Amino acid sequence: MLKRYAGWWLAAPATLAVLVFLILPVAATIATTFGEDGGIFAPYVAFFNSGFRRTVLWRTIEISLATTAISLVVGFLTAYVVSKSPGKLKSLLIIAAVFPLLTGVVVRSFAWLIILGKNGILNNFLVSIGAISEPLSMLYTQGSVIVAMVYLFVPLMILTLVGVLENIPDDVVQASASLGATPAGTFRQVILPLAVPGLIVGAVLVFTGSFTAYATPQLLGGERQMVMGTLMYQRAMVSFDWVGASTIAAIMVVITVTVVLAMSRIARRLNPMAT
Amino acid sequence: MMTSRINPLLILFTVLVYIFLMGPLIIVLGASVSDTTYLTFPPQGLTLRWFENIFAISAFKRTIITSLELAFLATGLALLIGIPAAYALNRYRIKLPTWLSTVFVLPILVPEIVLGFSLLKSVAVGMQTPIFLTLLVGHMLLVLPYCVRVVSASLASFDFSIEEAAVSLGSPPMKTFFTIVLPNVRSGVIAAFILAFITSINDVSTSLFLTGPGVSTLPIQILAHVEQFFDPTIASVSVLLMLLTVAVMAIVERTLGLTFLAK
Repeated sequence: MLKRYAGWWLAAPATLAVLVFLILPVAATIATTFGEDGGIFAPYVAFFNSGFRRTVLWRTIEISLATTAISLVVGFLTAYVVSKSPGKLKSLLIIAAVFPLLTGVVVRSFAWLIILGKNGILNNFLVSIGAISEPLSMLYTQGSVIVAMVYLFVPLMILTLVGVLENIPDDVVQASASLGATPAGTFRQVILPLAVPGLIVGAVLVFTGSFTAYATPQLLGGERQMVMGTLMYQRAMVSFDWVGASTIAAIMVVITVTVVLAMSRIARRLNPMAT
Repeated sequence: MMTSRINPLLILFTVLVYIFLMGPLIIVLGASVSDTTYLTFPPQGLTLRWFENIFAISAFKRTIITSLELAFLATGLALLIGIPAAYALNRYRIKLPTWLSTVFVLPILVPEIVLGFSLLKSVAVGMQTPIFLTLLVGHMLLVLPYCVRVVSASLASFDFSIEEAAVSLGSPPMKTFFTIVLPNVRSGVIAAFILAFITSINDVSTSLFLTGPGVSTLPIQILAHVEQFFDPTIASVSVLLMLLTVAVMAIVERTLGLTFLAK
């Protein structure tokens, strides 16, 4: 008996841990949003009826889309140069991307607090060169949140895409060149389409990461630029509105899962190497 | 030779991107040694007093210890249950249903902040568990997917016929696992440990709802401190965390080679 089910026994502790401490609690959180008075969808009706909460949802989507788009372009161009760099330089460039990635979210967001603050480095610099006469308020704007989020996710994008670009077979690129394509033509018509599945994976990571972020919007957006993560915390720990917080949690889960599933489907369909 | 064909504008762009990546961290480093009571760059004067100040603030001392304990225990537990799971998923691939491997992807699909909140409701409040224990459960789940996936990836290239050979020559299964299988996937286990450890140390979203009176983690303490004070202490704590990153990268370099991280 023991031998026959050895695989099950070995996988059981980890499976049970995920079941008991992840699936059940998250399911319970989502379930509490459906048991309310005033109809099964009452908390959701309340969420979407509140102009403020709708604004927060749209702001979060806007910030996440902007972060994803900028990170994609910056990450892809940089990854292209990194993947084409000679050996030693390439390892150095990879190390320089890994370092910020492994340094925590709080540290990296805090850095932008020093840079963008009213008496921050950027304001002092701009005043000292005479570009502006009064310090600008750059903190607690949508822009400051997006800059810090892009800073957070560009290293991840570079590393994901370097891996993808390295996997593009050299002979495909050479074939394109020997058939007369210009380097720019090869880039557009061969490398870019082959990188699409990787770009989608990167985009999903960045979008879901920004959509559910807490520390960065809290530090650089504060109360003025509330997003889903900070609103959820405020609902739960300041207003003690647990149903409201659970509703936000459920919306986050639904959007995350939908984006992941839809995009992985699209990635499979767009993969030119798939048969 | 390929390098010469890259558009110079693209190279300039890449240089700017790397300045963008490194600049803020260099600014934090500079601000941490500035002999001023406010955060500034380039540093004015040179002092290490902000580093001393970290240990003068008991909340920092306490949370640094909590974060280290948490990272070691959570990673240890996740490996303890994750390695057998990864082994089972590879060794008994045909016998086990495919959904089983999907189970270990689920923690990635669930936003960390939702996991933290749900654990607060169901475990901390629902089961009245102590704060540290709930944090430990949260962090273990946070790092479990890394452990299973990374160890699984290195088991995927392990030739299980070596293990069968040992067993058929009379080696008991447990002994075979520790003397034959585990040494062969050592680099995967080290990589999993390091990724998990650094993820746990830096985590904000899972811990957010799970810290309470007396028990907090370093990143949560930093967030709380920044809202009240804006002195270079936070910059020096940040430098400590960066030094930890350097240490982690040095270990990876020694054991696996840093190119591992680009995969």
